Amino acid sequence: MTGASVAAREGRWAWRFTGFMTVCVYIFMFAPIVATVILSFNDSMFGGFPMTGVSLRWYAKLMTNEPVLAAFKTSLWIALVTAAVSTLVGVIAAVALVRFDFRGKQTISTLVLLPALVPETILGVGLLVLIQAVHQPRTLWLLLLGHILLTLPYVVLIVQARLVGVRRSYEEAALSLGAPRISTFREITLPLLIPAVMASILLAFTISFDNTSASLFWRPAGVETMPTQILAMLKISISPEINALGTIMILVTVGVPLVGGAILQGVSHFRKRSNKKGNQP
Amino acid sequence: MTLVRTKFTVRAEMKMGESSERMNTATRRWKLYDTRLAWALVAPAVLLLFFLLILPILMMAVYTFFTFVTAGVESATLTLANWQEFFTDSYYHGFLLKTARIGATTAFICAVVGYFPAYFIWATNFKHKWLLLLLLIVPFWISFIIRTFSWINILGQQGVINVTLLKLGIISEPLPMLYTEGAVVMGLIHFLLPYMILNVYVSLESIDRTLIDAARSMGCTNAQAFREVTLPLSLPGLGAGLLLCFVLAAGSYVTPQLLGGSRDALFGNLIYDTIMGQLNWPMGATLSIVLFVLLGLVAAAYSRYVGLSQIVKGLSA
Repeated sequence: MTGASVAAREGRWAWRFTGFMTVCVYIFMFAPIVATVILSFNDSMFGGFPMTGVSLRWYAKLMTNEPVLAAFKTSLWIALVTAAVSTLVGVIAAVALVRFDFRGKQTISTLVLLPALVPETILGVGLLVLIQAVHQPRTLWLLLLGHILLTLPYVVLIVQARLVGVRRSYEEAALSLGAPRISTFREITLPLLIPAVMASILLAFTISFDNTSASLFWRPAGVETMPTQILAMLKISISPEINALGTIMILVTVGVPLVGGAILQGVSHFRKRSNKKGNQP
Repeated sequence: MTLVRTKFTVRAEMKMGESSERMNTATRRWKLYDTRLAWALVAPAVLLLFFLLILPILMMAVYTFFTFVTAGVESATLTLANWQEFFTDSYYHGFLLKTARIGATTAFICAVVGYFPAYFIWATNFKHKWLLLLLLIVPFWISFIIRTFSWINILGQQGVINVTLLKLGIISEPLPMLYTEGAVVMGLIHFLLPYMILNVYVSLESIDRTLIDAARSMGCTNAQAFREVTLPLSLPGLGAGLLLCFVLAAGSYVTPQLLGGSRDALFGNLIYDTIMGQLNWPMGATLSIVLFVLLGLVAAAYSRYVGLSQIVKGLSA
């Protein structure tokens, strides 16, 4: 056998091994989640295998679980407001960081990323110590501000990445024709940024809705967000009800971005098509 | 009129002649890319970061010198007692070492295991590559707490593994897998693998593929081309992934709480208990600052050699 064919065979085996490992990793990533979804339909009183029957009773029970519903409402509101404020602040900051040159720009760019790199435990304690130092009670405002801090880096990163690809000559053209800055932003820059803005809103919403570690520090006494409520329920034991709750949350947090992305793609596709039609004589 | 003429306004004036008067009105007082306007735009973000990030960390640093009186009460009498306690009590050192060990183990396994899928996605001719990438991003959308507790359904006494093995008669007693250090590491790997894979993938994607063809045409075998070209060029991504995994694992709190036993608590749990359980704010602040400084040192050492920009690439991927 020639050296080349040995090498080729080795390469083929290496490639197969890579493929095998890839499949294993994907199974590893999703097996626990699949198990949770399956177990949420378990008829048994206990969370765990074997399945004793298929039923939706745990979903029905969930709908009457007052603490869970309250936690869901809290999380939903916090996540919505966080997404709105964080995106607003992040977009204008990203515009300044990409389009302008000023002293301290580099420092601010790095600073903005810090909340994503510093462990949540430290962010959580820090804000709490500050509140303690000025003798203020923990309120929902604290939780809200904290979530805005946590999501800001991601918004700025996403919008920056998009804005770098938008040529500034469009904006400069509008300005040179006498358009005020605000209208230039509204008519030119913002429409070009829409995909990034939508992505930011979705990501900020998901991060806020999902946040656990920092929220444990920041939440006011007696208030639970969805993840902290799950954590509290898990202290007793894992029940089919928690599996059902997990399944619903997976549906919401995976479904919303997927549907959102699909709609966005559909809209842009539709626009392109109608533009083409409009251009035809 | 003291209008500062940028290159742009001059050019526009030359082009537009009489309409330049109108444009001057539009840009009066403000240059096109005026520094003051830039500051006005970043002001909300900077204020937010100052009051919610910088000030709290400074306040924590000050708190480390405060005196603990009783649960929830401290006085502003300055003392070194907290630092002395931290440096002399081996209880804290044990936590620190264990946290570093678990963080390093997790990061290392993530790197070894995560390289394969990253390489596969990069090199495959599979038409629906986007699907493989999407599947890596989906975990980020699934609640972290759900991903973590779902391991109870796999590893627990009534989990998939134990029930299957019992049914097959391989074991007669459920294996104690949950609430061990192994379970904690596994949970952390599950949480951190997508970060690692995406970082390595981004790094691979930036490699000029003709370099590999060149190596092959010079007589390198596939393995040699990988070892000499692909692997070295993907090291920045691997490094960024290692740093990110280590920092996030070392700062974790929920995973050990859910999947570990009482002996598997990490530094994050120690901080939480000190603050929320004992209400010892000065000591809690001290421990937080310790973690912050140590992880900061790791990141600084890293950025000296690789640069933090790689992390940014990974995060925005």
